[in-house]
Amino acid sequence: MSTNEIAGSANVIRSKKRLPPEVSILGVLIGIAIVFEILGWILVGDSFLANKQRLSIIILQVSVIGIISVGVTQVIITGGVDLSSGSVVGLVAMVAASLAQTSANPRAVYPSLTDMSPIWAILAGLAVGLAAGFINGTLVAKTKIPPFIATLGMMVSARGLAKWYTLGQPVALLDDSFTWFGKSFNVFGFPLPLPVIIFLLVAVIFHIALGYTRYGKFTYAIGANPQAARVSGINIGSHLIKVYAIAGLLSGLAGVVTAARAASGQPGMGVAYELDAIAAAVIGGTSLSGGVGRISGTVIGTIILGVLTSGFTFLKVGAYYQEIIKGIIIVAAVIIDQQRQNRRKKA
Amino acid sequence: MQSTSTMEAAPAGGAAVDGGYLLEVENVRKEFPGVLALDNVQLKLKRGSVHALMGENGAGKSTLMKIVAGIYTPDSGTFKLRGEDIKLRGPLDALEHGIAMIHQELNLMAPMTVAENIWIRREPLTKLGFVDHGEMHRKTADLFKRLNIDIDPDVQVGTLTVASRQMVEIAKAVSYESDVLIMDEPTSALTEREVDHLFTIIRALRAQGKGIIYITHKMNELFEIADEFSVFRDGKYIATKLSHEVTRDEIIRMMVGREITQMFPKEEVPIGDVVMSVKGLTLKGVFSDVSFDLRSGEILGIAGLVGSGRSNIAETIFGVTPADAGTIDLFGKPVRIDSPSTAMRHGLAFLTEDRKETGCFLLLDIQENTQMAVLQSGYVKNGFVKQKQLTKDSVEISSLLRVKTPDMSEPIINLSGGNQQKVLIGRWLLTKPKILILDEPTRGIDVGAKAEIHRLISKLAGQGVGVIMISSEMPEVLGMSDRIMVVHEGRVTGFLDRAEANQVKIMELASH
Repeated sequence: MSTNEIAGSANVIRSKKRLPPEVSILGVLIGIAIVFEILGWILVGDSFLANKQRLSIIILQVSVIGIISVGVTQVIITGGVDLSSGSVVGLVAMVAASLAQTSANPRAVYPSLTDMSPIWAILAGLAVGLAAGFINGTLVAKTKIPPFIATLGMMVSARGLAKWYTLGQPVALLDDSFTWFGKSFNVFGFPLPLPVIIFLLVAVIFHIALGYTRYGKFTYAIGANPQAARVSGINIGSHLIKVYAIAGLLSGLAGVVTAARAASGQPGMGVAYELDAIAAAVIGGTSLSGGVGRISGTVIGTIILGVLTSGFTFLKVGAYYQEIIKGIIIVAAVIIDQQRQNRRKKA
Repeated sequence: MQSTSTMEAAPAGGAAVDGGYLLEVENVRKEFPGVLALDNVQLKLKRGSVHALMGENGAGKSTLMKIVAGIYTPDSGTFKLRGEDIKLRGPLDALEHGIAMIHQELNLMAPMTVAENIWIRREPLTKLGFVDHGEMHRKTADLFKRLNIDIDPDVQVGTLTVASRQMVEIAKAVSYESDVLIMDEPTSALTEREVDHLFTIIRALRAQGKGIIYITHKMNELFEIADEFSVFRDGKYIATKLSHEVTRDEIIRMMVGREITQMFPKEEVPIGDVVMSVKGLTLKGVFSDVSFDLRSGEILGIAGLVGSGRSNIAETIFGVTPADAGTIDLFGKPVRIDSPSTAMRHGLAFLTEDRKETGCFLLLDIQENTQMAVLQSGYVKNGFVKQKQLTKDSVEISSLLRVKTPDMSEPIINLSGGNQQKVLIGRWLLTKPKILILDEPTRGIDVGAKAEIHRLISKLAGQGVGVIMISSEMPEVLGMSDRIMVVHEGRVTGFLDRAEANQVKIMELASH
């Protein structure tokens, strides 16, 4: 790019909008969908896309990952990473479920706390997630240990807590008012599950927060150049705590949704979700070196993960092959991301 | 240090002190984008001698050294080693030719042992291909004995003092049987006793017929250790002399002896009340007892050599590294500045020295780079950025500063250094500072942009802003400042008024 030379004469500076970087990722999504469509007609003799049920399930399957990924994207933009999301989902699912049981259950975790309004289960779940994120953020900000280690510790401990909570027993028989949050509704004949609505709502909120608020600007600044951010007067420590706390809160929300959908809490819930969430962010264009990324890209990245899973199942590809190919696609996405960054540096 | 007589008696490896040139570099030219770093420069190094390189910051010493050490390739020039023409393909190639550089920033691997560091890539092996640690220890011990260094070869480098690490670096260079050793300000982090030890080793190496190129800013070291010296100025070779032939004053004159040819658009502006009063400011181990007043409309220049503590003083005033002692009064009131955001609340702004490291957000665009500092204090309502207004004002300030770009969404990385600097200045102007600290505001930018930035600084002073300007460029300091504070080794060594200041006076205060 040599635009800076052109303008030597005139000094008219505009503020023009460029094509957002998600366009290329969206292209990838459409490309993958088309490939499945064509392969579908050839191999299975059916359309991949012309199936409302399937389209709805694609997003439903990844909505929990998507909610987590919205938080993880913000952490990665600051130059960090959050490995604890999956374990927090498990822990929160246990806590929320234990407060949403019906009195029909003779072995409820808290026999005196049954048949309550679902609000308590939800609030408790969110609080646990927020606390976990707050601890992550404080560790990263105050002790300056690498985020990888801080959140790895939380990942192990939160999983342990989830198992200890009921000594490994699942928490079942949840109140209908709570499991309602995992249900679907018909919107203009299109089955729209509530988890998907929650995911999209969260995505919109944080897309706006990152793009249009001071919180967002500072998040990018810290990831782009922490030293320059500090000299620009940004309090890096307190901002990082905010970002990790938000990521924890969203993991908590994902845990609540998971429990509601499954109508139970199990200590093994959410295993390896953090990796899918990171993958979704990275596929969506978030750079692991920080400073770059957008929620809209992450949403597309999440949907790509969903399309892959759904498409492979549709084509009756075995589960083992699915994982193998998924791994390759994630690595390929990061390679492309890095080349894109190198080009930017050379420009 | 024990007697060195045993070392001086050591065999000189056939390299008799015969006055023949070990290294001859002539007509060297090196251009970087926008800067002619070396213009027809020469250096002739004799066997068995210590040759000092002298010159101001930016004179071209380091560039020349990097060429000799194979780090840079010269654009043109001849390069003779032991009388033969050679062309170096890289630092490793230089090392294999017997040219070793001891870097200012030490290049050792802290978690590994001393012996492992010295013999890396050349580890003695057993018959089975494993590293022979016994042999490696023995070879290291031998080497240290030869140099009279007392360090345990098996200790981790990370546990050593800076001085000891430097000894290890030197031993490593010697272990390559290098004939040419380059030392770039080797004493900058050493105590007096450590310096004595270093000099003993240097003398021993000289006695063995090695040629040592020694970069220093310290005049007394020149007389103590160097046989010869060459002076450089603005990328040009000035002269080579024997060090016992000249006086200190003559050297200083050779180093600064240029007239101010550039014009500085400094306007005379009324100087107002004291806006900042610094008393006894101290950062342990870096600088101490710094006191000065700054008035509105005044440009206070801070001069001093690199590493004198100039930038650290600015960083401390701005709260990047809060002070250990001392007070700062702003507009007559004592304040405690413990972070940059506190400093900004009091109306300070700080353009840092290193555009890449602490200035630009290279991944972000011009608009985002411009607005980042002001978001602390304005253009935000209920957390939301008032982007329309902010963009309008950013565009306005960028136009005023003549940032050369067609639009604000251009990534800042695509701009030239001078334009990046203008964006960063714009960032601070948006915050409407009352006190502006500029650290090397025109480093590495072309003459045109330089003049524009000078005009701007002058204009801001005219509007009543108090300006502190740190600069390594003498003409800039002399041309722009109302008053100059000179710093040397973490202490203020004097103030010079605009009328009385000249290069020689500054240099004297700066090199004591």
